[in-house]
This record gives sequence, C-alpha cells and structure tokens, in this order.
Amino acid sequence: MRAGWQTACLSLCAPALFFLLWEAVARAAGNEIILPTLEAVGSLLLHPFDNVISMGSIASNIGVSLARVLCGYLLAVLCGIPLGVLMGYSSSMFTFFNSFLGMFRPIPPLAWVPLVLAWFGVASLATLLEVPRSPLYYYLNNLKLSMLFIIFVGAVFPVLLSAIHGVRSVNRTLIDGARVLGASERDIFRLILLPAAAPEIVTGMRIGLGVAWMCLVSAEMLPGSLSGVGYLITHAYTVGRTDVVIAGMISISVVGAALDMAFQYVERRRYGWRRLAR
Amino acid sequence: MEQVLTVSRVHKEFSTGDGQRIVALEDVSMGVEENEFVCIVGPSGCGKSTLLRMAAGLEPLEQGTLQYRTDPIARPRREIGMVFQEYSLLPWRSVRENVALGLEFAGMGKQKRDAEALRYLELVNLRTFANAMPYELSGGMRQRVAIARALANRPDLLLMDDPFGALDAHTRILLQKELLRIRERHRTTIVFVTHSVDEAVYLADTIVVMTARPGTIATTLKVGLPHPRDRADPRFARLTADILAMLDSAGT
Repeated sequence: MRAGWQTACLSLCAPALFFLLWEAVARAAGNEIILPTLEAVGSLLLHPFDNVISMGSIASNIGVSLARVLCGYLLAVLCGIPLGVLMGYSSSMFTFFNSFLGMFRPIPPLAWVPLVLAWFGVASLATLLEVPRSPLYYYLNNLKLSMLFIIFVGAVFPVLLSAIHGVRSVNRTLIDGARVLGASERDIFRLILLPAAAPEIVTGMRIGLGVAWMCLVSAEMLPGSLSGVGYLITHAYTVGRTDVVIAGMISISVVGAALDMAFQYVERRRYGWRRLAR
Repeated sequence: MEQVLTVSRVHKEFSTGDGQRIVALEDVSMGVEENEFVCIVGPSGCGKSTLLRMAAGLEPLEQGTLQYRTDPIARPRREIGMVFQEYSLLPWRSVRENVALGLEFAGMGKQKRDAEALRYLELVNLRTFANAMPYELSGGMRQRVAIARALANRPDLLLMDDPFGALDAHTRILLQKELLRIRERHRTTIVFVTHSVDEAVYLADTIVVMTARPGTIATTLKVGLPHPRDRADPRFARLTADILAMLDSAGT
C-alpha cells in the first residue's frame, strides 16, 4: 500500500504541471487579455474581499450566487424527493407522471431562458412577497424568479430520478421480511423503504446540487442580474478583464468542489453500511 | 388434534412474460400438526417456495383453501413467522435492533424490546454481537440472527424457506444442529423447505416429497429416527437413498 504522502504527491503532479504550462504560455504570449499570468489571477483570489471592477468583492458575489443556488435547489429537493418517493412506491403514480416528466427532461435548462423571461421578467422573491424597501428587500431582490426556475429545472431531475430508483430498487426480501413480522403499510414506508432508499436519494441530492451550481452562470446571465459570480464573469469579459474571468471560474470550481465533498463526507459517514453490505 | 396449518386442494398458476400459463402447484393438500417439524423437499421449480410464501400470506391464494388453525390465510400475520434464504436483515440497523423489529411493529417500548431481543440473541448464542452491524457477521451468523428475529415475535408456526441454502456445507451442518438445539428450548411448529434430501432426513419428523412441472406432492413419510441423528446410521442412508430415487424417477 502506498503511504498517504505519496498518494498526495501523485495527485498533485498533474495540477502542478498544468499551472507551470499556464504560466509559461502566459509569459510567452505577453497579453493579459488572452491569458493573464498566475500572479495576476492569484492576487485576485488571495484578496477575495477587495472590490473588483466596481462590482463588489469576489466573496460577496459568491455569497449572492450561493444564496440563489441554495434557494432554487431547496425548491427542487422539496418537490423532487416526495414526488420521486411516491412514484417509486406506487406504479400507477409512476405511470401517471413518467411520460409527462420525460417530455421535459431532455430540455437543457438554458433553453428555458426566453420563456422564463416572458413569464417572470425581473420579478424577484422580494416583489413576489411584496417586501417593503429595506435591507431584506435588497437581499430578496437578488433572488430573481427566473434564476430560481433555471436552477430548479437543472437540479430537480437528478433528485427525482434517484428517489424513484432508490425506492424501486429496495430489496423485496427486506419488505417481505418486515411484512411477516407484522409491519403495517406505514411501518414499511417509514422504517424500511425510506431508510433503504436514503443513500441513493442523498447521492441524487449531491448530483442535483452539482448541476444546480453549474446552471449558475447561465442563470446569472439573465437580464435583471447585477451581481453574482456568473454575472461578474460575463461583465469582466465585456471590459476585457480576463484575470477576473479566470478568478471567477476558479472560485466556482472551489465552491462546487467543497459542496460536493461535504455531501460525500455525509454519505460515507452516515451510509457506510451500503458500501459494506455487499 | 387441531392442525396448525391445513393446505387443501391448492392450485396455483403463473403467467410468463409471453403470456404462457405455467402450473406451479396442482391439487396440493397437506396438514401440519402441533409441534411437528415438517420438511418439504423437491427439485427447484416444484413450487415448494411458492407454497410456503402462500402459507405466509405473501402470495395470493387463487384456488383451494389455506388455513392457520381455523382461520383462512389472506395476509401475513404475527402468529406465522418466516425465515428467508436471502439476506433479510436491515443493513442499517444493529443486530439487536434487527431482532427487535417485529416487537417494534407491535408497539412494544424501546427498553422492553431491547431486553427481549437480548434474550433471543442469547438463545442463538449471539448475545455478544448485539451491537454489531449485520455486515460484520458471517453468513451463518446472519441466518441465526434472522431465526432469533422470527422467534422474538413468538410465532405459533415458523416457516423456513431454505434458510441454509446459501451457506457452505460445513456451516450448514452446524446450523442444522443449532436449529434442533433451539427447538429443544423453544418449542414451535416448523415447516422447512429445502432442496437437500440429507437436510430433510436430518431435521424432519415428517418429509413431504414434491415433484416438479406441475408441482405436486409425490409422497409424505414419517422419519421415525431418534435425535440426534447419525448420518452414518444405515437407516438414515436408506431413507435418503429412497427419497433420492423417488425424485430421480419423477424427474425424467
């Protein structure tokens, strides 16, 4: 078995080579609009609370984006899991919804943009809830309905499908075994089906969050958006600040990876039995 | 004497994917007496597992009658327990919580059912593994937990669907001994399905021999050998050979 530090070194080799190559090309090109140096991007990332191109700091823009993604994602989880569990449990429910949902699944979230703009325009949670002008209004106004919709569409299908599959693939013998012990239908649902499907549902939630985070840039390109890391990137592009574009991309990557790792940690800790039980 | 289980003229068909009807059980009748250990032995596909699942209330009855004492069997009930061949423990629960499952369904309090679970784990000699997770146990130990789980519900009739079928030969023989020992201490009526004639002759008071396509009962015979049985005993060997010959002639 390899020692821990050897594994760490090996996994760092490819990124190190990549950064070296980047730096070499950047110096050779000598044009910071085509490719800024590591140093330029690095100094932006090392000062995440500094104002960049008069759009607020990278950190605050990430915060705004995170709030949007979590909001849309939460909506997707709240719809996807109950519907998925229901569809996995009842075959008539499955038949009823499956072809209907199948019509929407192949549509990329971005293709919804024109329709979503026509429906919601620049309406936000603040206008929907009729919040009076206040600091709260400022926060809620960042949560545009159109963006939430795009993020919702991206996240809901992985969550839904994993819930359906998780419930459907529960071992029949576990259910039969509970029935002969005197389980009611409610017991089966609560004590057998849900815990048995939970690991797969959580995996779907993890994938859904990844997709939601990836829908971010497209959502923040929508009109009415004046903040968020996606908007920061597109705006930096129009003013020729490639270093900000790349710094934004790197922060998206870091936050996305961190969210994914947090989920994986929960999966390993909580659902170790699944890996170990054959 | 009142029979614990009465099977009378049961007929069961399945339809295959391409719409063909297959007769799984044809005109099957049998009875199980109080405290009797009945083994149903037969080749795979003779419908013995189907019959057992119907007796457990897991499979609908179409023709004939199935009775637990005087009640028709329509759905699973607490008086009838079952042990499966496949893995049926909940992998996310500890051994103790698995054994207490039936008591939890019955609404027993946490402390009381934990104590009960320990009592039954003691019975199968696994008390020290109470807090282990099922995946930490060997196949034989898991089946002992499954037996403890079924017994903790205090069933009047215990159905066992080839419970040792997936175990290696050595573990299998150990568990057969173990089952007889458990039965000494915890008297119940048992119907045990197996495809091993040797296992049936070792365990049973009564052996029901079934043949396949369609599934029918070929014969029912009393073993009449005292426990513990010795596989080297010529009577054991003769009985085994007789049943095998019967299955062989019916199989061609």
